[in-house]
Amino acid sequence: MKIPAEKMRATLSRRTFLAGSAGAGLIMSVGVVLPGCSREEAVSEIAMDAASRAFAPTVWFEINADGAILINIAKAEMGQHVGTALARIIADELGADWNDIRLKHVDSDPRWGYMVTGGSWSVFTTFAMLSQAGAAGRIVLRDAGALLLDANPDDCTVERSRVTANGHEVSFAEIVQKGDISRTFTDEELAALPLKPASERRFIGRETQALDIPAKTSGEAVYGIDVELPGMVYAHPLIPPTRYGSSINSIDDTAAQDIPGYLQTLELADPSNQLQGWAVVIAENYPSAMKAAKTIQVDWTPGPTAKVNEADILDEGARLAADKTSGVLVVDDGDVAQAHAGAAKTHNAIYRTGTALHFTLEPANAVVEFIDGQCHIHSGNQWQSLILPVLAKSFGMEETDIIIHQYYLGGGFGRRLWGDQIIPAALAARALGKPVKIVFQRPDDSRFDCVRSASVQQFDASFDGEGKLTGIEHAAAAGWPTLSMAPGFLVDGVDGNGKFDAFSISGADHWYTLPNHRVRAINNDLAQRTFLPGWLRSVGPGWIGWGVESFMDELAGLAAEDPIEFRLARLDAAGKNAGKSPESVGGAARLAGVLKEVRERSGWGRELPEGEGMGVAICHGQERTMPTWIASVAHVAVDPETRKVTVKKIWQSIDCGTVVHPDGALAQAEGAILWGVSLALHEGATFKDGQVSQRNLDTYTPLRMADVPELDIRFMQSTEFPTGLGEPPLISVPPAIGNAIYAASGIRARDLPIRL
Amino acid sequence: MIEFELNGEAVSSDSPPDTPLLWVIRDELGLKGTKFGCGIAMCGACTVHIDGTATRSCITLIANVAGRVVTTIEGLATDTGKALQAAWIDEQVPQCGYCQSGQIMQADSLLQKHPNPSDEQIVTAMNGNLCRCMAYTRIRKAIKTAAGGKGARS
Repeated sequence: MKIPAEKMRATLSRRTFLAGSAGAGLIMSVGVVLPGCSREEAVSEIAMDAASRAFAPTVWFEINADGAILINIAKAEMGQHVGTALARIIADELGADWNDIRLKHVDSDPRWGYMVTGGSWSVFTTFAMLSQAGAAGRIVLRDAGALLLDANPDDCTVERSRVTANGHEVSFAEIVQKGDISRTFTDEELAALPLKPASERRFIGRETQALDIPAKTSGEAVYGIDVELPGMVYAHPLIPPTRYGSSINSIDDTAAQDIPGYLQTLELADPSNQLQGWAVVIAENYPSAMKAAKTIQVDWTPGPTAKVNEADILDEGARLAADKTSGVLVVDDGDVAQAHAGAAKTHNAIYRTGTALHFTLEPANAVVEFIDGQCHIHSGNQWQSLILPVLAKSFGMEETDIIIHQYYLGGGFGRRLWGDQIIPAALAARALGKPVKIVFQRPDDSRFDCVRSASVQQFDASFDGEGKLTGIEHAAAAGWPTLSMAPGFLVDGVDGNGKFDAFSISGADHWYTLPNHRVRAINNDLAQRTFLPGWLRSVGPGWIGWGVESFMDELAGLAAEDPIEFRLARLDAAGKNAGKSPESVGGAARLAGVLKEVRERSGWGRELPEGEGMGVAICHGQERTMPTWIASVAHVAVDPETRKVTVKKIWQSIDCGTVVHPDGALAQAEGAILWGVSLALHEGATFKDGQVSQRNLDTYTPLRMADVPELDIRFMQSTEFPTGLGEPPLISVPPAIGNAIYAASGIRARDLPIRL
Repeated sequence: MIEFELNGEAVSSDSPPDTPLLWVIRDELGLKGTKFGCGIAMCGACTVHIDGTATRSCITLIANVAGRVVTTIEGLATDTGKALQAAWIDEQVPQCGYCQSGQIMQADSLLQKHPNPSDEQIVTAMNGNLCRCMAYTRIRKAIKTAAGGKGARS
């Protein structure tokens, strides 16, 4: 599959690395040297601390005169400690003292290039570039230090923010104060810089404490919802009965007039069409806004999806999945039709998943102010480069005049890849001529969520006369997030018959070798019209994997083979599954590796008490072009009377190549695995009359501490290229649980969430 | 006007008596460490101490705190509270961190009552606090670390 990540991968191509002394500091940057601007001029511009928008270098890090190393982080911090991980990469190559490192989460600016934090891409897409930037910085400091030490650069070592030669040393701080540090590197020079072998790394793969954690234990961490501006008023949304096509006939705020602090209710017209039939309550403070919102009567004419229910969406998905002419071909290996026609035995199954909410604990919010022709937005965001053009259209402004100021995100999980909650605050701020802070109460946050679409997958398998699996046809229908929010990222099908959302089919293009394999990606148009489908943690593989790996278990059972042996037989790393350098060296053999490791460690195959069982599932992470090799075993108990499922333990083996921040990686795996448990057994929503009907914790019920199973997680030792980790550990958990339920009870769960 | 004690200082609010304490703390008195999550006392992000007991500030009206002692994460000064904050760092508990003020306030209330809590007591006390990042195993571990690092009586 051709994946959009290619588009976003930040590289050093056609760029020049520049080091210059600015004020009393050293700036290490990467810039595109524009026509008419020589490299020398660019360095001199840095030296004058006058980096202009025309030049706009990406300042990756700077070292000031007291030796503090400030690293700019263009990725959102939403729990993954991303700044710590990225800084470790630079610091290792730079030869820094970790205590000198400071992080800054930067605002949106074209100089940062494509700004997105998602897809578990952050380390994968920046590892090579940050390593090179750190190495370039090390060379600059080494050479300048060598001059100060009157030594040959080749005799110098760079460690702990010091350059040492012949028993003498000079600190980075002294070099910055005294040294000649203006340098440029071409692409070729950068590529030729020596990077440390894994054995010499001091930070990557070593334990450390995340730099964002102290502020998150003292209450000092600042989230978007904590921002206040002088003179601001508060906005509370009045959300229409359907996502699209609603219109307001009248608003009656008579009762609100008596509420102290209530100011007015504004009907909003949004040129970007993200908001249709919207109004906001404006008040001097938020409690008054909440109180007023309760009393205000809005008469809406709802849009055409006002009667759509969850069952309608699932039924439409089932109809589409069964229609062999629907959708776009994603995989077409061998000849599935022929395999099916000549089959001695066939087996089919339908797997479904229900609507799921992001439910970020920090509800949607934004503070917006227009000053001097610019729009300043204060709101945690994951994909600035995606929402900025939408905001520009909505406000009738240039993108470059809109600045999104970044804060800690009180949960991202894909919800903040979109930033539509900014729009009502901005439209109100402009109408009122003062800053506006919008905060969504939880039920409104849920109604306005870009939910994970309900989905339907149909699998048709064929066996030959000897009982050998000959082919699988797989169709998956759902609402497509990318179609609504990022249509430029849709990719072409292999049959030239249109485009599809790779994020809504990834995982179907798995690493099992099958003689005949066909995959169709299908857009569920009813879902698409009823709500805005969103990317939820682990995205397509999070629900595709449920079908693929549960169905593999069914096939193993039909073949009367052990589910692990059945899988291993198809993980032969042959042909397209051989893998390639650097991201998938070893291919399916590494998937077989984690599967064998988890088999051993979980004691697979041992006797269990009546009513208990173990199930297995594997996955390759978010996409074939960035595989994270994972195998899970779940041990469950199913109560024979009540059918209550208890997950007793989950073992997981993970091969994500080089692990940059081991404890951070483990924390991500722990959280993602429990998300898998939660989505499998605890949380689930349904559409009723065009809206999500579970809107708060009284009806939407994520996993709590009481139901947390024992976790046993192992990372494979590896020095291969690092791949993604924030999402992949989730994917194989629901099918491992489903397969364990089957082993324990004989009941095959085919719907997620599982309700036996 | 309603008067109460907040983190050791006398404060007052002119907000209507039916105003939730959460918004008085956050927006009127400017302490942002206490968070808004669900608004119905089911997530625990807004947990503060009232007269030393963990309480959901999103549904507590300020009329009901008149003359009482309110403590937020910013004012947490008990020995157990300090131990919990240190353990939260030692065990690297927070991910996004949004729920953690509430988790720590809830955990401190638990340790005040049960200095060496069992697994069951931890779950009973903490089950009402949602961690959307699901850092539950580390929360449980950090509470034990703070309680003395000797593990639970079981």
